Amino acid sequence: MTDIDTTIVARQGLTAKDFASNQEPKWCPGCGDHAVLQQLKNVMPELDVTPENVVFVSGIGCSSRLPYYMATYGVHGIHGRALPMATGLKVSRPELSVWVATGDGDALSIGGNHFIHTLRRNPDLNVVLFNNEIYGLTKGQYSPTSKIGLRTVTSPSGVIDQPFNTAALTIGSGGSFFARAFDRDGKYLRSILKRAALHKGTSLVEIYQNCPIFNNAAFEAFATPDNKADNTVYLEQDKPLVFGKEKNKGIRLEGFTPVVVDLDKGGFSVNDLWVHNESDINKAGILARFADAFSHSEEVLPRPFGVFYAETRITYEDALTSQIKDAQKNGSGTLAELLKGDSSYEIK
Amino acid sequence: MTDTQKTTRQVNVISKTSVSVLFAGDSGDGMQLTGTQFANTVAIRGSELNTFPNFPSEIRAPAGTIAGVSGFQLQFSSKPVYTPGARFDVMVAMNSAALKANLKDLHRGGIIIAGTEGFDEKNLKLAGYPEGANPLEDGTLDNYIVFPVPVLQLTREALKESGLSGKEVDRCKNMFVLGLLYWLYTLPLEGTIETLQAKFQKNIQMADANIKAMKAGHNFGDETELFANLGRFDIAPQKQHGTYRRVTGNEACAIALTAASKKAGLELFLGSYPITPATEILQTLAKKKKYGVKTFQAEDEIAGIVSSIGAAYGGALAATNTSGPGLALKTEALGLAVILEVPLVIINVQRGGPSTGLPTKPEQSDLLMAMFGRHGEAPLPVIAAYSPVDCFYTTYEAARIAIEHMTPVICLSDGYLALSSEPWKVESPDNLAEIKPRFQPARSPEEPPYLPYKRDDRLVRSWAIPGTKGLEHRIGGLEKQNETGNVSHDPENHELMTKLRAEKIARIADSIPLQSIDNGPQKGDLLVLGWGSSYGAIKTAVEQALDEGLSVAHAHLRYIHPFPKNLGAILASYKKVLIPEMNCGQLLHLIRSTFLIAPVGYSKVQGVPFNEMEILAKITDLIKEI
Repeated sequence: MTDIDTTIVARQGLTAKDFASNQEPKWCPGCGDHAVLQQLKNVMPELDVTPENVVFVSGIGCSSRLPYYMATYGVHGIHGRALPMATGLKVSRPELSVWVATGDGDALSIGGNHFIHTLRRNPDLNVVLFNNEIYGLTKGQYSPTSKIGLRTVTSPSGVIDQPFNTAALTIGSGGSFFARAFDRDGKYLRSILKRAALHKGTSLVEIYQNCPIFNNAAFEAFATPDNKADNTVYLEQDKPLVFGKEKNKGIRLEGFTPVVVDLDKGGFSVNDLWVHNESDINKAGILARFADAFSHSEEVLPRPFGVFYAETRITYEDALTSQIKDAQKNGSGTLAELLKGDSSYEIK
Repeated sequence: MTDTQKTTRQVNVISKTSVSVLFAGDSGDGMQLTGTQFANTVAIRGSELNTFPNFPSEIRAPAGTIAGVSGFQLQFSSKPVYTPGARFDVMVAMNSAALKANLKDLHRGGIIIAGTEGFDEKNLKLAGYPEGANPLEDGTLDNYIVFPVPVLQLTREALKESGLSGKEVDRCKNMFVLGLLYWLYTLPLEGTIETLQAKFQKNIQMADANIKAMKAGHNFGDETELFANLGRFDIAPQKQHGTYRRVTGNEACAIALTAASKKAGLELFLGSYPITPATEILQTLAKKKKYGVKTFQAEDEIAGIVSSIGAAYGGALAATNTSGPGLALKTEALGLAVILEVPLVIINVQRGGPSTGLPTKPEQSDLLMAMFGRHGEAPLPVIAAYSPVDCFYTTYEAARIAIEHMTPVICLSDGYLALSSEPWKVESPDNLAEIKPRFQPARSPEEPPYLPYKRDDRLVRSWAIPGTKGLEHRIGGLEKQNETGNVSHDPENHELMTKLRAEKIARIADSIPLQSIDNGPQKGDLLVLGWGSSYGAIKTAVEQALDEGLSVAHAHLRYIHPFPKNLGAILASYKKVLIPEMNCGQLLHLIRSTFLIAPVGYSKVQGVPFNEMEILAKITDLIKEI
């Protein structure tokens, strides 16, 4: 509770404390989940919501315990099924603010089918995907996002499965919003969560989240101040892709290929760089592939953080509601009408 | 016309009480449509009626083969009928495969109307007749009355100036047959004419051709000498005055869910994945948007039930429908619904199993899965419908129990009920039981904290839905502390919660009706105890046995878990209990272990329903032994 930002004044006069339940989080000390929970509590007062209109839905895994720690409504479901549960709730109660807490195993392995189908349908859900590249609650087995070669209890000789690229999967599934954030960068995380909440449609936020017990330092390349500047690029709408400790590196698009250029060496200026446009799905697709380039190619591309892609598209529940309204334009059906049907006949 | 009238006068019209007809042909011959039209006509005229479509799981199995035979059986009558008839009196066989596949179920001396073009060399070979054999010519059908009719040729002649293509003309041949059957049973053509005009309103040429083919079939009856010795038949309608509609079991389930939502003042949400033979429930509800119904075609069976659980948590009347393989996939989520204690209706339309089994054929083999198919101690109510119309009342009851007792309820139907139909006297809204959701009202900060698992005297918890101020609470699949609902791993608490959940279901027995005897004496030699779609066959068999003076009664269970409180006493009132089931003895197992008695089981697992003759024979045998 030490990290509560008291500067936030909500419309309803609520603070982060009003969103904290009386249950003590049972995550390991040092787990990234604590930080994400904190930012979720912090962001709530910034949104136009009251606790009774917010529901957190989760599946199974460490991150899926999150609903118990929020003073909102919450359902802790079964493994992999948070997204359909949240969809059912949102479809039947469109006015609620529905959030999903899920992990890389929950969302991308056992719940993989629901993941892709939810994204294409686009119900207005805020999905917070805690990606720690490991199974924590079952004690350290590799997950669908574990890097090739990672030695775990179920991959003693190293992982041989190609990991999922969450960003590419989201965009490929027809997702309308993808952003990436980091557990340690609280303020930035909060700003991304706010963007996600304001996006109408399924917002997928992938959070790199450290598991200190089973996969410690998996994201070290983006964590320490030394590494971070050179290995990450923060996306800002209409701004060029600049990074590096001295802000002297940039990304240029040569054809469809992103290339790192040194702005100090002459030849290229900021004006030659890729300008971020989050409504460009083709560019979002290339950004999504930066992660693959990081592990496979000679060229080391920085890992993008921020909103890759945001598209305004009708939500599933709005489309359904509008069909119902249309069917009811001459009045809604009565029980008597229903029982009689439209092919009844009279026996005289 | 004078000629026709003259001919008509020569054919006697004979009154009959009931008749069972089978329309059989290739999957592409339009037999389902023909049967449905015939059924509509007799229903609208006011006859008692029961129908049974029987078709292969392939959409178009190889033409002309036994595998491709599609049939529509119906019985209509001047008195109540509960089955499509153990055997049929009349069979329309559009081809040799249809004849071969169904001949064993035709009464000896029954009528065969054979479309002769379906008995050419090619068709006979496809049906597997030995070379040179043709049942229409070789005397093998001497025990039946056979009318070979060149249906295709006559249809082509009737439609030669229709302007339709040859293929389109040929597809009208089922209407020729329908017209001929209308003639044979002195039934009016008007209803079907109206239906065809509505169906083909954008293609008047097609409507006219179908109507013309049907009239040609009717005129053929008038003109041909073929039926002169047989006569025509009249089955006088006897139904009581009133407004009726015809429903299949699946339609009745869908209407019931919508009606229950209206009565309870809740929105209906159906999360579902298409599966034979349950899909029509989703299809029917998708068309009920006017009633505010929300259907969600999920990506799989699991998402179907889980989305419904989400909607139930939000305060909707939530339901999911499926068949055996889908129920298997839903079992983990059922456990969640049990521990969350949210209302949920699961309609399981049983089919032959295991695995893909017999997708289009009925079986009653999911009873034990419905009872016990969850991990952990996870009891829930199980109820079963016994007729197409009863699918309405049983599904409605499932919704009532789910909402009033905050529990998932499994409602069992099967492929026979799902697709069969019968006339239903339109129900009045006032006759439907009230359904009262137990919503928890908002709480002010001064009041004591909300306890989501605090129970009333029926052990039912309240329904606190999101959006209600002061009731914010978290629940989930982890075991919860009594009353507070907080996560708890305490050993004694787990045992207490396990027992509370079971006792809550057991206490539902306090609010359901006592078991009644459907027919027969309250005490006697033999009780036939049934459940589900075998109702009609048992009912008819017991009626006949009683006519023969046997001491036999029939009780049919709707409530299987919990059982009605008086069931033990009823079972003890007869010397023997017979339990016919389309499985290897699942209710038998439950009755034995619950009441420590030894009933006699009667199994049939052939993917076809029991017929009354089989059950009557079993009753007679058992009574002889007493």
